[in-house]
Amino acid sequence: MADEPIIKVQDVHKWYGNFHALKGINMEVKRREVIVIFGPSGSGKSTFIRTLNRLEEHQRGTIIVDGIELSHDVRNIEQIRSETGMVFQQFNLFPHLTVMQNIVLAPIQVRKWKKEKAEEIAMQLLERVGIPEQAHKYPGQLSGGQQQRVAIARSLAMQPKIMLFDEPTSALDPEMIKEVLDVMIELAKSGMTILAVTHEMGFARAVADRMVFFDKGEIVEQGTPEQIFNNPQSDRTKLFLSQILRH
Amino acid sequence: MSNLNTVLPPVSERSNILRWMRRNLFGSWYDALLTILGALIAYWAVRGFLTWVFTVAEWEVVSTNMRLLMIGQYPLEHSDRLWVWLGFLVFLSGNSIGIWARRSRFAVVLLLIPALLALFPFGDSPRQWLILLCIAGLVGWGFGRARPDVLKRSVIAGWVISLPVIILLTHGLSESESGFMPIVRTNLWGGLLLTFLLTVVGILFSFPIGVLLALGRRSELPIIRWFSVGYIEIVRGVPLITILFMAQLMLPLFLPTGWTVDRVVRAMVGITLFSAAYLAENVRGGLQAIPRGQFEAAHALGLNGFQTMTFVILPQALRLIIPILVGQFIAVFKDTSLVAIVGLLDLVGIAKTVLAQPEFLGLQREVYAFISLIFWVLSYGMSYLSQQLEERLGVGKR
Repeated sequence: MADEPIIKVQDVHKWYGNFHALKGINMEVKRREVIVIFGPSGSGKSTFIRTLNRLEEHQRGTIIVDGIELSHDVRNIEQIRSETGMVFQQFNLFPHLTVMQNIVLAPIQVRKWKKEKAEEIAMQLLERVGIPEQAHKYPGQLSGGQQQRVAIARSLAMQPKIMLFDEPTSALDPEMIKEVLDVMIELAKSGMTILAVTHEMGFARAVADRMVFFDKGEIVEQGTPEQIFNNPQSDRTKLFLSQILRH
Repeated sequence: MSNLNTVLPPVSERSNILRWMRRNLFGSWYDALLTILGALIAYWAVRGFLTWVFTVAEWEVVSTNMRLLMIGQYPLEHSDRLWVWLGFLVFLSGNSIGIWARRSRFAVVLLLIPALLALFPFGDSPRQWLILLCIAGLVGWGFGRARPDVLKRSVIAGWVISLPVIILLTHGLSESESGFMPIVRTNLWGGLLLTFLLTVVGILFSFPIGVLLALGRRSELPIIRWFSVGYIEIVRGVPLITILFMAQLMLPLFLPTGWTVDRVVRAMVGITLFSAAYLAENVRGGLQAIPRGQFEAAHALGLNGFQTMTFVILPQALRLIIPILVGQFIAVFKDTSLVAIVGLLDLVGIAKTVLAQPEFLGLQREVYAFISLIFWVLSYGMSYLSQQLEERLGVGKR
């Protein structure tokens, strides 16, 4: 069982109208694996990880997450979502709730935990992401980096088996990127299964087990960071890497 | 020379009234001219009104008919029940002010209004009740301040049961005249009492219906969506007065023989259904202002559709539209006066009957000025409350 992949994606296609956004994606993700997905904008990488918890619906192929196949069955979708954390580019914290209320909402409503237990765990998570003193502030009173760390803590509160990151540092000022990456690196080292869409090549080099290059709705190339950085096979990968690593 | 460090604002910024006037009203010769001209026009306009209010107007028509204007033909021997629920409301208000508006002095002054009203010549019994109201409010305020955390829940519970309490006390329990709290038929309800009940019921029931219709209009299920769209567009396309006429005249035709629905209830249903259609569109506007990311984040956490709406989307959407909602509530309050046309004796209806008495012929100005004042005071009260609420909820800040 332990060797069974936690995510199995077979021949997944998606269209937006006539635009073919995903063209037959196949991927298997092992438990505790850390995968970095990168590629030019519009390549389908965000769309792909959003199909994994059904924020986007795929139209062909199968996606199996932790033994459950994604279908139109709402209960399956909700179960997969409660096992899968997601962190967004725009944080998407709930602005009318305090940091603490943001974190305990889902554990109390979905997992049916007692309020005290949820708050205790929330406090531990806030310490883990380094901002316990902000628990009773509102998201609007925090910096971008702090908000993104709260968003990570909010996802972790559901004790997910998989974490999906959708460009988590793209909306941040440069000096705040590090504080978010540090949290993500710590999370990767703790054994979490992670799929991250990001162009932070430092993060990839430090913790990624595998890097996947997306272009025009297809997986062009994948391999260890070593292979990708030092010996990329495809011309498209080479071109893209040279563009983002030039500076 | 030690306080050289305390920087005072430049002299021109330190204002007093004279300096302010010189700068803003008499800054140049044409400013001065405009100021004098404006003052003359204002004087001319207000003088006529004030002379009328203090010398010409015959306010006896209002004071003699005060009871009619307030409660219509509601029997005097049962009117204590109305004072009791009014006292209950004032007590809850005092509680709420003590708990949630601890620092507001103005709110405390509000609680003294009944005592101020007691200075007017209303007769002994109302005067005693007004003083009791004032005491109830202040006692409630004291409790609220002393024990805010303990009382919060019971105050909210109190507000929740207040409408049933009001209806029960107003309507009564016992069929026989000698029993406990004999029933007062709704045809005797009138004046401000009826206006108040129509408004409160209209607002409280149309609100949830409006929210459901707004959600229905965004539903993915076609039948629910078509029903919501159809309902909203049909009701919004029809004047309230025709709905009230339909409720009064046509509803009985559709009911099985022997069934009757109380006329006041019919009016309440009409107002509620009418207001719900407008509320639905207001709420939909609020829902559209919530970014898609909020839905996605809630879904990604595993919240189902109902939980997403209840805990994430609606609280934000409703907070955004507080000013519009209150505008709608004020409109409902004023629109209830249309029931006078279908023969109910609300504030406007009772004013017409007062003016039909031979001894008060020709005193329309006094009576209508008075009920306008009541409408204005209560509408402004709602508006003021909503501003306080917005400030408290930090609308526009977070």
